[in-house]
Amino acid sequence: MQTIDELIAQASVFTGLDPRHLELIAGCAANEHVEEGAELLREGKPAERFYLIRHGTVAVEVHAPGRGALTIETLHAGDAVGLSWLFEPYRWQLDARALEPCALIGFDAVCLRGKLETNHELGYELMRRFTANLVERLQATRLQLIDVYGRA
Amino acid sequence: MALDHVIERSDFDELFGALTRHGYTIVGPTVRDRAIVYDEIRGTADLPVGWTDEQDGGHYRLRRRDDEALFGYAVGPHSWKQYQLPPQVSLWRARVDERGGLVEVTEPPRIPPRYAFFGARSCELHAMGILDRVLLGGSHPDPVERARAEDVFVVAVQCGEAGGTCFCVSMNTGPVAERGFDLALTEVIDDHRHYFTVQVGSERGAAVLGDVPHQPAAAHERVAAGAVHARTASQMGRELDTAGIKELLYRNYENPRWDEVAERCLTCGNCTMVCPTCFCTTVEDVTDLGGEHVERTQHWDSCFTVDYSNIHGGAVRASPRSRYRQWMTHKLASWWDQFDSSGCVGCGRCITWCPVGIDLTEEARAIRESEERSDADD
Amino acid sequence: MVPEPFEVLSKRQDTPDTWTLELQRSPGGLFEFAPGQFTMISAGGAGEVPISISGDPDRPDRLVHTVRAVGLATEAICTAEPGQVLGVRGPFGAPWPVEQAEGAEIVIAAGGIGLAPLRPAILWLLARRERFGRLVLLYGGRAPDQLLYVDELREWAEQGMDVLVTVDSAGPEWLGRVGVVTRLVRRAGLARHDAVAMACGPEVMMRFTVAALRAAGLDADRVFVSMERNMQCGIGHCGHCQLGPTLVCRDGPVYRFSELEPWLAIREL
Repeated sequence: MQTIDELIAQASVFTGLDPRHLELIAGCAANEHVEEGAELLREGKPAERFYLIRHGTVAVEVHAPGRGALTIETLHAGDAVGLSWLFEPYRWQLDARALEPCALIGFDAVCLRGKLETNHELGYELMRRFTANLVERLQATRLQLIDVYGRA
Repeated sequence: MALDHVIERSDFDELFGALTRHGYTIVGPTVRDRAIVYDEIRGTADLPVGWTDEQDGGHYRLRRRDDEALFGYAVGPHSWKQYQLPPQVSLWRARVDERGGLVEVTEPPRIPPRYAFFGARSCELHAMGILDRVLLGGSHPDPVERARAEDVFVVAVQCGEAGGTCFCVSMNTGPVAERGFDLALTEVIDDHRHYFTVQVGSERGAAVLGDVPHQPAAAHERVAAGAVHARTASQMGRELDTAGIKELLYRNYENPRWDEVAERCLTCGNCTMVCPTCFCTTVEDVTDLGGEHVERTQHWDSCFTVDYSNIHGGAVRASPRSRYRQWMTHKLASWWDQFDSSGCVGCGRCITWCPVGIDLTEEARAIRESEERSDADD
Repeated sequence: MVPEPFEVLSKRQDTPDTWTLELQRSPGGLFEFAPGQFTMISAGGAGEVPISISGDPDRPDRLVHTVRAVGLATEAICTAEPGQVLGVRGPFGAPWPVEQAEGAEIVIAAGGIGLAPLRPAILWLLARRERFGRLVLLYGGRAPDQLLYVDELREWAEQGMDVLVTVDSAGPEWLGRVGVVTRLVRRAGLARHDAVAMACGPEVMMRFTVAALRAAGLDADRVFVSMERNMQCGIGHCGHCQLGPTLVCRDGPVYRFSELEPWLAIREL
């Protein structure tokens, strides 16, 4: 039976995090299970809770009237769902929805932001990791944008 | 308020004669295909004499009464909407010239008959008023409907018994009609007599009544009519709590109850067809084979159809859940913001004619109770 | 309401699927309208569609429409040649609040064909340039060959409007900006928190552009958007264009964003 610290460390964004820091952020975390179709994030809502995926698939989406929910990307075991909790104005930019029953670790973002404010060493560590995650996602999005398969 | 009068059952046909002599085409209730519908009628014999209706969610049956009442039933699948907003209207015709241009656009003349609506109920008078606010209250009032509304003669009937799905009391639309008619009848049948008290609502009404044998109503006759009204008011088949209902529904667009009703709703649109205030229409251009002539027609549509909300890309309301939600929130909530009243008159038709018996009073109750439950949890 | 005959005077192709038509009342006469309004256009038997007016409101002797050919009716309109008669009803709808914006800094954000309904507002504002503060146009398109009114963009810049253009993707021959239009908001360096914004484009683009404008300090009360829903009668009778408690043909298509915001958050409203 793994501890929550051990489970958090399995997420790619937290791999190799100092055990002291792991313990600190675990204080804001809890195990969660959601059903297929569960809405994790909603565009425009305050970014109060973000997730790490232990098992399952989550779709990041934008809803367009007449076209329904458009999938931007899918996230899987080890991925973090929700990045805007770290950056002002702390509101979600997109929707996220569970495509199947998922085992997640949910983080109270308000709690965690509070800890980052007082512990700048922890703050720097998390900023470093999440920014790297962001850059990776940005690169991937750029590749998607140029529609590599579209032009002959 | 005019002093009531009385017409004997034996003289009732004179009312038809008087209306005909005054130039009206009489439309009223008649039995057809095992339902009571509205159509042109000529005399008492065309009325559903001795019939009543048994109504519940997804259920409508005609039954024989043990008396010979002329109006012993509630409302059927038809409403007066079909005369205010005909199911199919030819808007204009045109020729398409050799360059593909639209030329010689002509409007066919629309001269409806001078109608007498015979047997309109209180809920229906309210419904006609609500629908006319939509058709006449905006920037482009429909001139044909305006003329028809001014010309129509209304013989209202105060309901002698409530239907199984009626809730006009909740909606403040009945059971007693207080205005909007030229004559209002209350049918009274007891062991000895069968008569109608008559309330005059206009000069036109007085003129027609003048051609029909009648006497002033005696005190006991007025009391008997009052008793009929009170009895009907106590028999309502359904109830709708309208307190703050607009805000209630506006707060609950994401209530899980919509998923629940979506599992039952077939999006067949029956409710919109029978509802006396649903006004959605669609226009269609039809050309002949050579493409030289085009006619634009307007016909009834329903917000339940899957392409009703199509924009480039697809339907805004693709899921049945969103379409049922649209219908119910429009009827009970956003109608207030659009047209300054409720869209519902409590006639119960949508409940009766839904093939799976979905009941908007039950849906509204479920949503209200779900809020009360979660308030209690707080 | 029957369509009135309007003759096509000229037609110009703007992009592979968009044309601008200049129309005139068939027996002659003016067509007064306010920027942001639309008409219902019929093309000989192919149906009727709502199209925003894209012409100069100070020149009511001409009715100008920029149309994208996406279906039967719009294709019939786009294949109309000079001399052909189209049917027109209107104008309908609530206009851009150009009169009320007197003295303000004005930001105009357009995505794709969304520039067409904004063009009348731009022309109206530029004709009265001295009555307004800074005028900014943020215009995004999918690709360089999808941009509208390319020659006019230069003229508008000369007449005192800051014009920033971007495309989502481009080849090496494009020397302008590449990136989504929301990125232009930061680049515009908007200074005045009491600026008025008018945005038009695909709904998702408008949602994110308004979010960027608010992040830059603009008030949702002073941001206006132009909405689109299925429209058939244009006069508030047919029910198709309902958007929550409003009818787009009558209460819109231009809306104050703060009034619309709670409704836009509801999926499949």
